[in-house]
Amino acid sequence: MLGLEGLVLRQGSFRLAADLVVPRGAAVAVMGPSGGGKSTLLAGIAGFLRPEAGHVLWDGRDLTPLPPGRRPVGVLFQDNNLFPHLDLVRNVALGLRPALRPGRAERAAAEAALERVGLGGLGARRPAELSGGQQGRAALARLLLQDRPLILMDEPFAALGPAQRAEMLDLTRAVLGTRGATLLLVTHDPAEARRGCELAILVAEGRAHEPAPVGGLIDDPPPALRAYLGRG
Amino acid sequence: MRPDWGPSRWPGRLAAGVVGVLALGPLVPLLLAGVGRGLGAADAAALRFTLWQAALSAGASCLLAIPLARALARRRFPGRGLLLTLLGAPFLLPAIVAVLALLALFGRGGLVNAGLAALGLGPFSIYGLHGVVLAHVFLNLPLAARLLLAGWAAIPAERFRLAATLGAPVGPLLEWPMLRRTLPGAFAAIFALCLTSFAVALILGGGPRATTVELAIYQAIRFEADFGGAAALALLQYAVGGAAALAAWRLGRGVSLGGGLGRPVERWDAEGLGARLVDALVIGGAVLFLLAPLGLAAWRGVWALGAMPEAVWGAAGRTLLVALGATGLAVTLAVALGLRGGALAQGAGALPLAASPLVLGTGLLLLVRPHVALADAALPVAALVDGLLATPFALRALAPALAEAEARHGRLAASLGLGGWRRLLLVTLPLARPALGFAAGLSAALSAGSLGAIALFAGEGQATLPLLMARLMGSYRMEAAAGVGLVTVALALGLFALFDLWGRRARA
Repeated sequence: MLGLEGLVLRQGSFRLAADLVVPRGAAVAVMGPSGGGKSTLLAGIAGFLRPEAGHVLWDGRDLTPLPPGRRPVGVLFQDNNLFPHLDLVRNVALGLRPALRPGRAERAAAEAALERVGLGGLGARRPAELSGGQQGRAALARLLLQDRPLILMDEPFAALGPAQRAEMLDLTRAVLGTRGATLLLVTHDPAEARRGCELAILVAEGRAHEPAPVGGLIDDPPPALRAYLGRG
Repeated sequence: MRPDWGPSRWPGRLAAGVVGVLALGPLVPLLLAGVGRGLGAADAAALRFTLWQAALSAGASCLLAIPLARALARRRFPGRGLLLTLLGAPFLLPAIVAVLALLALFGRGGLVNAGLAALGLGPFSIYGLHGVVLAHVFLNLPLAARLLLAGWAAIPAERFRLAATLGAPVGPLLEWPMLRRTLPGAFAAIFALCLTSFAVALILGGGPRATTVELAIYQAIRFEADFGGAAALALLQYAVGGAAALAAWRLGRGVSLGGGLGRPVERWDAEGLGARLVDALVIGGAVLFLLAPLGLAAWRGVWALGAMPEAVWGAAGRTLLVALGATGLAVTLAVALGLRGGALAQGAGALPLAASPLVLGTGLLLLVRPHVALADAALPVAALVDGLLATPFALRALAPALAEAEARHGRLAASLGLGGWRRLLLVTLPLARPALGFAAGLSAALSAGSLGAIALFAGEGQATLPLLMARLMGSYRMEAAAGVGLVTVALALGLFALFDLWGRRARA
């Protein structure tokens, strides 16, 4: 269970407040207008942004003092999810242990994870030799190995076409579902939110609201989201 | 603001401390030995000459660079890219080799004097003020041209198009304002460089009328063993050099060597035959001025390889050792400072620009002389001084690449728990490898071609290649010097090419 208790995040003059609880194993869309603070929220949970006040809790444990690498949090960014100078096996194996070189068992585990996401046999390639969709799959394979219970995704497939995006989302759910992981997915696309998530957090006007059922939020949006979705 | 999950701060602080101690520490013995010693008439003359030759050299370089940069900015021709690359090369060319090359053309037995003699005209002497200025222009005209060319390239192509549609004159509208912004920075940078010129003054200057402060320091130590006098001169040089470096830094903010040199802009104002002819003459003349002496020196060097003294191989080995030591120091400091970023790193990175090899060398000499034989300290001191002086340039080459590696992949590394050494070795340095190779090559070439601190320390059998050249030229053994010069250039440029190639071999 993810808890944000009186959390206040500040980036320059922008201020975001959050007071909410996300149940364990839920898939939650994070929606709201651009500049509303969606990425700020994720940065605060992942540990890239030190809160001005409040706490980030996981199962009651305070994560706030921990650096990003020590939190039970796996992240997929908008881009640059793979190190361009390392081959896929080394990129994926970094999910297990931040080591200079993976051991034999770790390489095998990375190969297996690549197999799971449909990249079997491509372990020796570098990211530049892959398509955008394949790069996304490789990053998913690392998340799979990372075995962290909370996954944050900041428009991870924004560079892909609609069909590929849907495919990646299904794969994400399949991969994470088996692990019972909790997912926070920033998305601009109501259809994507509906397809991938059961809950949604509205982030607008400096506030992250309690998660609500995704269908209700999209079908009967509050004013801040209504303007954004273009159904004013 | 730097995030607290970024690279750790202590290596940068440590590096800033090391730079501070190395650059400012030598001031202590200089102050102890030098304060209270008045400056004599000869010292005042050296200061006057130093300032005057630097001003003339910087002025001439900038003036000549204006038509050259303008021609390069508005013309397309085969070999333009190669020429732009060559304009970057004199920075790596050992100054002593440049002097040798100019002597091959303008020296006593050079081509120019042979031609003059055939016409029955008296010999032209390259020694003295005009020779020093000629050598400095030879070394710095390319730098000035590149700085101004960057200014031209920074004018958006749309402005030229707009001026053309309005029929407005491009000069007063676009070019002169740009020159007013860039020229002061270029002048100050070259002025500061020429202030610390030692090799050029050692060979082409000298005597009461053409001695720089750096040369006077060297003479006070080597010929008169007047350490107090040398210290007083070194303090003077440090003050002048510091002021000039500060001015260059303040004025240079409008100047960049960054990209944009690639494509010439479409121009509608310079299509006339006259303008084309002028540009062709300017570019041709510059190429001739820059390449003819080097070509001639290389040609002579090849034939003189057999005439080289036996000592050249030992000197090459010592040069290599010093260069590698200096490279290690400069790159380590630059990486630590570059990752730290911020005002502290910038300040520490600029500090060595105020110092000069002879000043640092004199301070270190006063420090070690009571304890160690100078000859024993020669190579470590040379590596230390060369490394420190190369650090600002290595930092400049590295800082943007390090910052980009962090900006792009720092969060990913942090989220994977990669920190400290492992982050540096696995992520940051491999991603910055092209810049790392370039910075290392730059440092190695600068050190391999430098004639400075080593001249104060080295005993008879301890010369590096540039010092061996200076000794040979000092005893007018020009043929032997030409051979050694070729080896020196090969070593300096070879080291640069090797490191740079290693960096560029990075895939991805």
